[in-house]
Amino acid sequence: MKVSNFSKLLKISKTQKRNLITYAIVIAFYLIIQIMDKTGHLSSHMKGLLVPMTYYSIVAVALNLCVGILGELSLGHAGFMCIGAFSSSLFSLYFKESMPAGIRFFIALLIGTAMAALLGFLIGIPVLRLKGDYLAIVTLAFGEIIKNILAAVYFGYDETGIHLSFKSFQIQGEGKMLINGAMGIQGTPNNSNFTIAIVILLLALFIIQNLVNSRDGRAIMSIRDNRIAAESIGINITKYKMLAFTISAAIAGTSGVLFAHNTSTLTASSTYFGYNVSIMILVYVVLGGIGNIRGSVIAASILYILPEMLRGLNSYRMLIYSILLIIIMLVNWAPKAIELRNKYFTILKTKALELRDKCFSKIKRRFAKR
Amino acid sequence: MKKLSKVISVLSASAMVMSMLAGCSDASGDVTSTESGDATVTESGASTFKIGGIGPTTGAAAIYGSDVRDAIQIAVDEINEAGGINGYQIEYKFEDDEHNAEKSVNAYNTLKDWGMQMLVGCVTSAPTIAVSEKTYEDNMFMLTPSGTAVNCVQYDNAFRVCFSDPNQGSASAEYIAGNSSLKDSNIAIIYDSSTEYSAGIHDSFVSKASELGLNVVSDTAFTTDSATDFTVQLQTARDADADLIFLPIYYNEASLILTQANTMGYAPTFFGCDGMDGILEVENFDTSLAEGLMLLTPFSATATDDLTVSFVSKFEEMTGHVPNQFGADAYDAVYAIKAVCEAQNITPDMSVSDICEAMKTGMVEVELDNVLTSPTTLSWDASGEPNKDPRAVVITNGVYELCE
Amino acid sequence: MINFLTYLINGISLGSIYAIIALGYTMVYGIAKMLNFAHGDVIMIGGYLIYTFATTYGMHPLLSILIAIVGCTILGITTEKIAYKPLRNASSNLAVLITAIGVSYFLQNIALLIFGANTKSFSSVVSWKIQLLGGEVIIQGITIVTILTSLVILLLLELFIKFTKSGQAMLAVSEDKGAATLMGINVNRTISLTFAIGSGLAAIAGALLCSAYPTLTPYTGAMPGIKAFVAAVLGGIGSIPGAMIGGLLLGVVEILSKRYISTQLADAIVFGILIIILLVKPTGLLGKNIQEKV
Repeated sequence: MKVSNFSKLLKISKTQKRNLITYAIVIAFYLIIQIMDKTGHLSSHMKGLLVPMTYYSIVAVALNLCVGILGELSLGHAGFMCIGAFSSSLFSLYFKESMPAGIRFFIALLIGTAMAALLGFLIGIPVLRLKGDYLAIVTLAFGEIIKNILAAVYFGYDETGIHLSFKSFQIQGEGKMLINGAMGIQGTPNNSNFTIAIVILLLALFIIQNLVNSRDGRAIMSIRDNRIAAESIGINITKYKMLAFTISAAIAGTSGVLFAHNTSTLTASSTYFGYNVSIMILVYVVLGGIGNIRGSVIAASILYILPEMLRGLNSYRMLIYSILLIIIMLVNWAPKAIELRNKYFTILKTKALELRDKCFSKIKRRFAKR
Repeated sequence: MKKLSKVISVLSASAMVMSMLAGCSDASGDVTSTESGDATVTESGASTFKIGGIGPTTGAAAIYGSDVRDAIQIAVDEINEAGGINGYQIEYKFEDDEHNAEKSVNAYNTLKDWGMQMLVGCVTSAPTIAVSEKTYEDNMFMLTPSGTAVNCVQYDNAFRVCFSDPNQGSASAEYIAGNSSLKDSNIAIIYDSSTEYSAGIHDSFVSKASELGLNVVSDTAFTTDSATDFTVQLQTARDADADLIFLPIYYNEASLILTQANTMGYAPTFFGCDGMDGILEVENFDTSLAEGLMLLTPFSATATDDLTVSFVSKFEEMTGHVPNQFGADAYDAVYAIKAVCEAQNITPDMSVSDICEAMKTGMVEVELDNVLTSPTTLSWDASGEPNKDPRAVVITNGVYELCE
Repeated sequence: MINFLTYLINGISLGSIYAIIALGYTMVYGIAKMLNFAHGDVIMIGGYLIYTFATTYGMHPLLSILIAIVGCTILGITTEKIAYKPLRNASSNLAVLITAIGVSYFLQNIALLIFGANTKSFSSVVSWKIQLLGGEVIIQGITIVTILTSLVILLLLELFIKFTKSGQAMLAVSEDKGAATLMGINVNRTISLTFAIGSGLAAIAGALLCSAYPTLTPYTGAMPGIKAFVAAVLGGIGSIPGAMIGGLLLGVVEILSKRYISTQLADAIVFGILIIILLVKPTGLLGKNIQEKV
């Protein structure tokens, strides 16, 4: 009795099974959290972490599409989050009183995603002509430009019309300052919640996992593995690169919408949208496994919670976090560590397999008796 | 085979997450033994006040948060030693927010799990605004020592010790306009367009200055990402014949600007706000460069009144450096809470919401007369703004001297 | 005109700082093929070492710089041994990038714990200046020292690579690691040596950075580090003269766009120019264009 036989029993392919397991993990996590919440086992600290944890998972998944599947290193995904956050936040703020929350947030999600996708498309045209580290630095540059401009812009409307400027101005009579320079956008309604975030995460997983298993996805991966060979068999390199990059940007934008609607204040500062945030997302992706979508979700969740769990260490908190980060990387990636781990796992695996086969044969025997 | 190892690793990873979650909720269960640092020794149970603090103690803004953390500790220790508030001891815990609104809310939730009843925080503006949304929902009293942006105290449960940004900007413009030797000068402004604090003061200063007919000849900005080279801003000011430079920024950048102006051979009068306080205490800084620097500040570490002297010496003993105004604001915040609690007979067994209501009524009635951050008295409006007078000081011979 | 000259000189002086930091970046990248994100933080540690020995213990500045060079070299070799070397043959070269980020966090936080968050004012190692055109144009001594130092380093590096055995080994490793191993070159030792040199350079860069812009906090190295990285890419990462040119260009562009366009948007403009240059010359100004083969 082999694993593949088990899959055949359920009439699904290996990849489908792998995808289903990913959804199952997310859903199971969601259910466990809900149960813990209902029975009062969830601290407010933990409750507050759920939404950020999920939107960082979403953006990690998006970046993994770019880094792992497309094979291009992007250091500008925080910029796409920034666009998603600002565009959706502007919309929500403008219609704060005149629209019911549910529909408003839904439209805000669409706007944030669309704006990020548009920007991803526009940036993709020049950027994807470059290669390797040069591409990485240009995406970093675009991210910084987006952040820098949004932090300097003043945008508002009043009786005399709509104003957009790099200098502060006074609102005349009835009106509102929407983006107030470095002070950003304030008063975005708090519409994000864990359920919506999880639904979006599942949606993002669904889109990416289906893309990977589609014809388009295989074309994209063939570009990653060997660009010239892919081109020679007639794959339109530019089209597929743009496709993957734009989807990746769009999903990052959605994550930005959740970000903006989770806290009421939104500023385009390096703390939230700088290159260091892009790098942090990259850490999630690499730690979870490049190209491993499920891994990104798990790594993002763990690494987001880790410094929060270390709060008890006071001033040593970030120091310990950095040491743990290095150790985790070494354990997960160093060839020697992998060798050691495999050795250890082989023993475990044979034991586990024996145990499983025993169970299966018992079940089989029972079925056979009937 | 390979797949199975993956499944196993995923399972073990999810088990890790679960155990972390569980660990977290467990931690929220027992709160009595937790304490910040090693100084607070308190009894357990509802017979103590639980005061929390939030601010950056790591990251680029760490200097502000760590001063607040230590100053609150000093105030709490003093009060506990003197018998506590209404006979109840204070338990105190401070959480790091890395100057990040999102992390700040996490810190707030951690403190809530710990059983916090009142919040002294946050330290920086954007986190304060984000946390004030949460405290408003929970109806928890918060008093920020140094959240200067207007919206920090938009809700009725939030008060602040420092001046607001617009308040400082217009006060500076008014002070310059009212000073016969300054009012005709050509003014240049150099500000940090990427921080709320600096941009906020800048905007209100500019509008007040045009109202008062001040002569602003140059207005340049920098961002946190390019805060090393100020030669362009200084040269622009010099080319415009500016003889007064208004610097609504923090002292670490200001110390660079002063040094660079000096190497350029440019010596205008510099004028700053409360963020400038601390410039004399920058280690190894050539204080002669700051000669003639004027600033509007509520606090000066070199003041000679008993309270300042005792606070500064205790602070130095504890941390090895001189406190800045953030610390002073935080120290006053704790004493304000003490005064209101005593006036309103607040006890720790009251609910968070009841404490907040009593604090709200108490804050507008209280008047503190012996404080660090006001030369006269300190009281509050229902809007959350403090009523106190800024003092203008000028640096002469390496110490602050009161103007006029 | 005089005005423009002043800005140009300011630009060069900022650029020379970027250049000397970029030298370290490009050196490590060229040979170990790794973006060492912790380089800026090694510079910061160098700055603190000099500060501690020169200001706190009152040693001669040059002596303390020497101590810092030794200290940073040891630090560089140690981090390389612990955090980078085990990942040399990892399946993705992103892994070592992430540990470099971990090392960067580690250095920042250890400095925060040891030296505190307080800003320290650094005493410049060079305090003289030259006045031209009757005092209208001032050139800082530190600018001249920085440019000379970077030129000397540039020259020494080129000579070292061309004429010593270890230098030739470095060249071989940068061309092809596998072939170098087959030729009997100890790749690990060569890369360790690269890190040692790169970190020693970081200490010198720290002395010059902190002298030109005399504040020191645990985060001092981060932003100049990333700007220097941009400069290295601009010049063609891996190319030593490219780093020099990229750094100077970046500094001049930054200062001039601050002056003539906008001080707020200077960063956006600098990054915009980087993008344009890379689109025209996709491997930077002096970068080698490698033909891909199937």
